[in-house]
Amino acid sequence: MDLSTITYIVVGATFALYIGIAFWARAGTTGEFYVAGKGVHPVANGMATAADWMSAASFISMAGLIAFNGYGASVFLMGWTGGYVLLALLLAPYLRKFGKFTVPEFIGERYYSQTARLVAVICLILASVTYVIGQMKGIGVAFSRFLETTYEQGLYIGMGIVFIYAVLGGMKGITYTQIAQYVVLIFAYTIPAVFISMNLTGNPIPQLGLIGTMAASEPGAGMDMMAKLDQVVTDLGFGKYSEQVMGSKLNMFVYTLSLMIGTAGLPHVIIRFFTVPKVKDARSSAGWALVFIAILYTTAPAVGSMARLNLMNTIQPGAVGDVAGSLEYAKVPEWFKNWEKTGLLVFEDKNGDGRIQYYNDKNADMVKKAEGFGWKGNEMTKVDNDIMVLANPEIAGLPNWVIAIVVAGGLAAALSTAAGLLLAIASAVSHDVIKGMINPNISEKSELLASRLSMIGAIALAGYFGLHPPGFAAGTVAIAFGLAAASIFPALMMGIFNKKVNRSGAIWGMIAGIGITMLYVFQHKGIFFVPGTAFLGDMKPDWFFGISPNAFGAVGALVNFVVAIAVSKVTAAPPEHIQHLVEDIRVPKGAGAATDH
Amino acid sequence: MDTKAAQYWKANIRLVTSLLVIWFVVSYGFGIMLADPLNAIRIGGVGLGFWFAQQGSIYVFIVLIFFYAARMNALDREFDLHED
Repeated sequence: MDLSTITYIVVGATFALYIGIAFWARAGTTGEFYVAGKGVHPVANGMATAADWMSAASFISMAGLIAFNGYGASVFLMGWTGGYVLLALLLAPYLRKFGKFTVPEFIGERYYSQTARLVAVICLILASVTYVIGQMKGIGVAFSRFLETTYEQGLYIGMGIVFIYAVLGGMKGITYTQIAQYVVLIFAYTIPAVFISMNLTGNPIPQLGLIGTMAASEPGAGMDMMAKLDQVVTDLGFGKYSEQVMGSKLNMFVYTLSLMIGTAGLPHVIIRFFTVPKVKDARSSAGWALVFIAILYTTAPAVGSMARLNLMNTIQPGAVGDVAGSLEYAKVPEWFKNWEKTGLLVFEDKNGDGRIQYYNDKNADMVKKAEGFGWKGNEMTKVDNDIMVLANPEIAGLPNWVIAIVVAGGLAAALSTAAGLLLAIASAVSHDVIKGMINPNISEKSELLASRLSMIGAIALAGYFGLHPPGFAAGTVAIAFGLAAASIFPALMMGIFNKKVNRSGAIWGMIAGIGITMLYVFQHKGIFFVPGTAFLGDMKPDWFFGISPNAFGAVGALVNFVVAIAVSKVTAAPPEHIQHLVEDIRVPKGAGAATDH
Repeated sequence: MDTKAAQYWKANIRLVTSLLVIWFVVSYGFGIMLADPLNAIRIGGVGLGFWFAQQGSIYVFIVLIFFYAARMNALDREFDLHED
């Protein structure tokens, strides 16, 4: 059977499963629609959270980022997992005790202000919409590469699937499909990793292969895998894999902190913890979520490093500088040609010798050496990050069914995250805006209808942006994590841990945090990422202590904390009943009663 | 505010603070700031600093959350502030 037939069968089977779950888990009340009736087992919620959290970027792009950034990519590994410690220790149990449906609802009540609630709604929608666009694009790309549809057709199919289970089942339907999607994506990720680790290091456990030695059948047999990789990349002038930093150590520090705070402040992750029955379930559920996430996140460094080594060994099979050491273009493997067609891999024979020279032509020493070899520049002019996971099974020579599972896994990752984000958007619109601000007397039935209509609207909006990606979609990470870190996380944390922070403090803190983060991002990348509108254009990049825009959320969060506390000091203290509210959410006792709405 | 809840909150803050110190040390300390000197110590084929940055800190994070959950559940009972 050819690849596309097998892929159709595997992807079709997973989609049928998701739809089956959708009909089984229909939502009958707003409680079920928003928080799955608060009846999800903590382990099940952990699994759903893992799928909710791990997006197309985690599944497809992260291993590639690690492959090309080596040690520097540790910021993603620590940043996107360490946030769960903050979430578990500082937010999840208390927000569960509060026992309502949305994140802006907590901010609105704690700061006794519709304005604060509205600011939170705007942040939530901006962060979630930019994030969901990336998922929609991932779905379109996966379909067009592997299922021979156009990008648009792929996008419509993805929207259709999400439509069925998100509109019918709300959080309840999403929770149970996310559990199924987690199972699909984790198998899809680990199966190729096990094979590759086995081939390269003789150890089937990728986490051990990473610290293991080269297998007897591989070049450099018996040598440490990492030492071999360091040698191969430095021979070609690239940074030493195990030591190359991202920007600087300070930038890595701040970047990691921004991703951690941002992770803990992303509403679509937080609301997952509203679905468990008790406060103590919210605590343990965060641990389970991290266990399920860690299975992928501790495998990714093995996948990244081994894929890099395979890639380098393929292109540079012999000694550097030796003519026969460079791969002849006529002899490239099948996968190389396949990926060239997509434009994600580009070869340009600059010195016309019919062989591929892949080296770092930005490294002055290497350039001198290369000139001696008769090389005229790096000829692999594009090696896209995303290839690493998608082409991995082909590079390692694995059978077609493995590739089909990887495609299904990538789609599962994109769909599960998209659904979680869409729910966060829909519930903010129907619960915070329609019920909270426009029509507080809306009946249960009408609110359920409104939430379904909001979901349809959110899907349509996401689809529209998937077809016509706006300029700012390119800055997804910067915007989504920047907003979550600079606005939502500090407001939530102070709301629980500092009784003195009042309405004005919270509002000005959020505005200052977002303001400074967005200014820094736009100053680098243009206002709303429109090229050429970067003001202060003559300033050197990353001028603030060498911190890159993506890493700036932590600075925004700090500004938020400082401004909020300072403003609260000079304005009237929060009223008595708010102080009682804070005291009440700090203890688990009495949580059950607060759940009915 | 009754003293029982205040004491419970104090104990909670103490616990959270010490766990966050560990959280900070394994990731920002071992994984970033001290990574270079720690790399002199090898764990299998990689340096200890590199290992903490790409593997070890994640394992520690998991242990921290479960330890927190267990300690808090015990504190809830000790101060009689548990649910139902």
